[in-house]
This record gives sequence, structure tokens and C-alpha cells, in this order.
Amino acid sequence: MTEYRDGHLARALAETLAREADPHRDYRIMEFCGGHTHAIARYGIEDLLPRNVRMVHGPGCPICVLPVGRIEDAIRLAGQPGITLCTYADLMRVPTPDGGSLLRARAAGADIRMVYSTHDALQIAETEPERRIVFLAVGFETTTPPTALAILHSKERNIFNFSILCNHVLTPPAIRAILDNQDVAIDGLVGPAHVSTVIGTSPYEDIAARFSKPVVVTGFEPLDVLQGIVMLVRQMNAGRCVVENQYRRAVIRGGNLLAQRAIADVFEIRESFAWRGLCEIPYSALRLNDRHAAFDAERRYGITTLPAADNPACACGDVLRGVRKPTDCRLFGTVCSPETPIGSCMVSPEGACAAHWTYKRFRDRTPPGARDR
Amino acid sequence: MCLAIPIRVDALLPDAMARVTLNGVSRLVSVALLEDVAVGDYVIIHVGYALARLDPEEAAQTLALMRAAGLSSFPGGQDVLQ
Repeated sequence: MTEYRDGHLARALAETLAREADPHRDYRIMEFCGGHTHAIARYGIEDLLPRNVRMVHGPGCPICVLPVGRIEDAIRLAGQPGITLCTYADLMRVPTPDGGSLLRARAAGADIRMVYSTHDALQIAETEPERRIVFLAVGFETTTPPTALAILHSKERNIFNFSILCNHVLTPPAIRAILDNQDVAIDGLVGPAHVSTVIGTSPYEDIAARFSKPVVVTGFEPLDVLQGIVMLVRQMNAGRCVVENQYRRAVIRGGNLLAQRAIADVFEIRESFAWRGLCEIPYSALRLNDRHAAFDAERRYGITTLPAADNPACACGDVLRGVRKPTDCRLFGTVCSPETPIGSCMVSPEGACAAHWTYKRFRDRTPPGARDR
Repeated sequence: MCLAIPIRVDALLPDAMARVTLNGVSRLVSVALLEDVAVGDYVIIHVGYALARLDPEEAAQTLALMRAAGLSSFPGGQDVLQ
């Protein structure tokens, strides 16, 4: 792994980029995935890029794009007697407009537990049959197969005190929604790495063709990201718009068929789902199919999500669409920081605001021009 | 949540589980989403499940391509990425 962090090689790749990037044009490259946003901030990759190669953060952080109404659903559900809500740690601190969070609900007495995997949630259901366990399921195609397996296992083992509140979302419709948006000017996309281990590279092919944008599926190490950017710049220079795979050591064109089968067994596509910052996107999320309705917390507990407005001063919506940078938000670094997040982008380490705060806020103090190559 | 990590499989256990070690900490993960996992394989673990196996040949080839792309910035370097 350390080989993919070699500083000499990173500088050599940066030299290649500087030589090949046409100084008479701009290259606006969106990294869709929060994992890339985190890597770019952590390793200072933007400092290695020519001035005219600019990274635009995308909406690929599942915590950031979850509409706050769904968190409020989970908090209300966790307040019911007999219910234990299990979820991944990242979700615990996402604030609701009235200043609540799952963490606060737990402090107030609700039985909310952080789990490392769906496996752990299922074990709680098995060992505490008197409780009704609800797993707050969230994430893109990477976390979906583990949720699907948990449902299949609970059915096999007749664990009926287990259900999920499903918020799994799909990457390709979100990319299409971003590219459909006239506000967002981007020339190419760094495609997600781990999502692509599951879905493969083929779902991006019609996106590259329809929108005339190159897509390079790229790993998360700093050299991976730099090489992905080199590959994108080369496609743009050549006027090509195809899908290329930089992360060949883990991703194949067809993806993980076992994982895809588990997803298809358990889920069906929702007609529409609201994303924070992107509004409703048709066919962009999953819910349990009728064969697994018994494990669907939405049906079991009659949940109807109420639309909830985000804090009007918070720019998370624009940051997620790539039209504003974290530092363009007047809450950034004033009342909103990782310790006291106001918006979702400040919560998860992969959120654009949290990544900028953790790794890049001092970089902003560098006098303009000092970073220019 | 997307910060999955490559990790070596130390032992295979019943029910499609495996033991892995990360920074000296031993954990159990599921390998139910992969076929024919063997001890010594490097897999990408995400929320307790192995999602993909790392292909050592492709990993070496990617590094070779990076070195070649880096070399291309110097006179006489060969560029094999194109």
C-alpha cells in the first residue's frame, strides 16, 4: 500500500501533468466519491496540480446526501418503547434543524447502538429476542450488499425481530442528475473505486457517451488519484469520452456478481428518492421488495417521511452539487466545524467541508500565487 | 464510510467468515460476497464484508504504469499509459 504513496513518484506524475495539461484550457474534474474528496484533501493533491486542472467535489458521501427528514424518522422510531436502533457511527452526529441528532436522542434515553457491520446488528437481534432491532441502513452500492445479506440471513434463521430502515442509494442516477444540471460545469469524472468493485465499470459507459464526459474509475491512494487525473487529462486532450479503469487491481467491468445477485434478491428500485442538495431523483434509491416486506421498518412501523428544510444559512446543498466550495459558506469554520457541525458535509470524514477543515484550512492562508506552479 | 481498506486473510472460518489482522487487532469479517477466497489473499473490507479481491498482477502492473508515466516527464522516458 505504501508503494501507492511514494512521494517521488507523485512529483514525477505531477510533472507529467504539468507538461501535458494545455495551458490554454481549463480542466474541471469532479470526484464523485467522498473517499476521493478525503484522499485529495489528506494528501494535498490539489497542490500538485497545474492551476488550470481543478477538482470539484461531488455528492458521493452517503451521510451528506441523506435528507434530514430520514434522520428525524430514525430518531422518532428509536423513541418507541421496545425498539433498538442500530447504525454506523457516522450517522450519529448528523444534526437535525431543531438541534437534535441520534447521539442526543441516545443521551435522552433512546436505545441507539453504533455497529461496525450488519452482522453485529443481526447478532443483537439474535441475542435479545425481546427487543425489536431496526438497522438504519444507509450508503451507496458498497454498503448495500452487506444489508442484503443480513436480510437473507435473518429470513433463513427466522430472526423476525430484525428490520431495516432502508436509505440505500444508487450512484449512476446521481451522476446523471449532476451532469443534467446546467449549473455544474465539469469536463470529466473521477469514478468511484469501491462502488465500482460492486457495480463494475459498465454502468458508466452510457453516461460517458450520453454526456460526452470521460470517466476514469480510480483507486483511493494518492498515486491512484494522480494517475486517474493524468488519464482524464489525456482523454480530454484527445477529445475522447470513454470509461477507463485505473483501479484494475480491484475492479472489473462486470463488477461483483455475487453482490449484485444479493442486491437483486432483496431490493427493488424506488420511483423517486429525495437527496440532500439534489432534490428528488427518479429511480435513484432502493427499498425492500414485497418478498422481504416483513423486514421493512417503513412498512412495519408505518413511516412516512416528512420533508424537513435544512438550515437556510447552510450551503451543504450547493457544496454537494459542486456549485460552491466549503469556504464559500458563511457558516464554515465559524459556527460549523467537525465538533459542532451544522450541515451534513461537516460530519463524516469524507464530507467536503470536514475534509477541508481537517486538512486544508491552513492552506487557505497561503498567499495567492505562492502555490502556483 | 467509503474508506474501505485492503487487508490480508489470515484464516478461513465456518459460515463464510474469515479472520484478518489490522494494525495488530484481529477481527472477524464476512467473505460471503466473494468466491474461493484463500488464506493469504488481499481483500477489500468494507463495513465488515470483503467486497473485492486484489489482483496482485494488476497491482504490479498499475505501479509499473505509474512509474512509466512519471518517467515520461523526463527526457528519454517511455510513456506506456497512452
